[in-house]
Amino acid sequence: MRRGKVDFAGVQKEICLAYTPEAKLGDYVIVHVGFALNVVDEIEAHKIFEALRELGELEEAQDGTDDRAVPPASLDPPGGTDD
Amino acid sequence: MKFIDEYRDPLAARKLAQAIRRTATRPWTIMEVCGGQTHTIVKSGLQDLLPPEVTLVHGPGCPVCVTPLDLIDSAVAIASRPGVIFCSFGDMLRVPGSSKSLFEAKAGGADVRIVYSPLDAVTLARANPGRQVVFFAVGFETTAPANAMAVWQAAREGIENFSVLVAHVLVPPAIEAILGAPDCRVHAFLAAGHVCTVMGFAEYEPVARRYRVPIVVTGFEPVDLLEGIHMALLQLESGRAEVENQYSRAVRREGNRPAQQRIVEVFEVGPRTWRGIGEIPASGLRLREPYRRFDALARFPVAQGQVEESGECLAGLVLRGLKKPQECPAFAVRCTPERPLGAPMVSSEGACAAYYLYGRHRQ
Repeated sequence: MRRGKVDFAGVQKEICLAYTPEAKLGDYVIVHVGFALNVVDEIEAHKIFEALRELGELEEAQDGTDDRAVPPASLDPPGGTDD
Repeated sequence: MKFIDEYRDPLAARKLAQAIRRTATRPWTIMEVCGGQTHTIVKSGLQDLLPPEVTLVHGPGCPVCVTPLDLIDSAVAIASRPGVIFCSFGDMLRVPGSSKSLFEAKAGGADVRIVYSPLDAVTLARANPGRQVVFFAVGFETTAPANAMAVWQAAREGIENFSVLVAHVLVPPAIEAILGAPDCRVHAFLAAGHVCTVMGFAEYEPVARRYRVPIVVTGFEPVDLLEGIHMALLQLESGRAEVENQYSRAVRREGNRPAQQRIVEVFEVGPRTWRGIGEIPASGLRLREPYRRFDALARFPVAQGQVEESGECLAGLVLRGLKKPQECPAFAVRCTPERPLGAPMVSSEGACAAYYLYGRHRQ
């Protein structure tokens, strides 16, 4: 059975790699009860943070538009509608 | 650690919480299936970040919690036999049986050992040919590849003093049982990420279609859960009911094929009784014919009578998402991790344990 040493943030353990034949040195794997179940997909792992960056930029753009579009007189009074 | 710390980033969590607040316009109830996800939600206080429209209910994805009482009694009976070394994951030991727990059996002299992996039990069997080594094979699809490998390895090496007490359960039939109940109040599901790492998510697609319910495969860190909730809300608000994959760094649609092959080789699907829920057809795994000689229940016949649950424990309602742990009158009063009435108070994936540990009952 194919085995490999996996480092869990400092604690090293001998883990069965029978279900991750593609795992190679330096890969990150998800381990459950002594078995690697998956090699973490690094490209997919970053997608959420790219989406969050876009979300942030979108918000800034929207905030900018709102500032220009809404004259101060029509702003909701304090304690008014939530966004 | 890489791939963990960034998914606990408070700024990312706040941004997602804002997106959730903007998305939710109506009341929605979302169930996270897995007890590991429940613990993240309660530990990180994610419920406090959500708007009042969004209610999270906790699902049955705690294998220890749904293992039936009579099987725990069988485990205690087998463990108490002379010559047996009984191996289990740690959180099974404190679960109360009808008369005692495995922990109490151990205190009474039974050779009960906690192992990290089922392969450790095989190693014990190899090293102790004069003893019978029994492993309590409890778990969902995530644990099935490991347990299948242990049995397969024992068969291949001819380690005949090894056997397993099987209590394997499957997620999709449980989701269907919850959706089919007349008192169901769940609008969307966060499917358990690691179950899908093994099984993929194609089997959830007919469920989403049949019950018109969004199912989002979701990871276990706070950012994962908030993104999963946001994805589910986007579907609910736009009237879609699809299977989506939030946990794409660990889950592919087809799952882990080598692991599935080993499961199918060793196990077959059969009916199973879920503690607190009842029998669900085709909701569990049992050993397939060439491997049945490794079935501990066949090797060690034990009397299996009708046993009564504690009348006071609401575990069944908690496991189906109908009650929150702190709604139980016994919670943190007559039921604590030290003196539990039911399994959800002791399991590391139990909802009651999460609320107790992270102090939700003190608010």
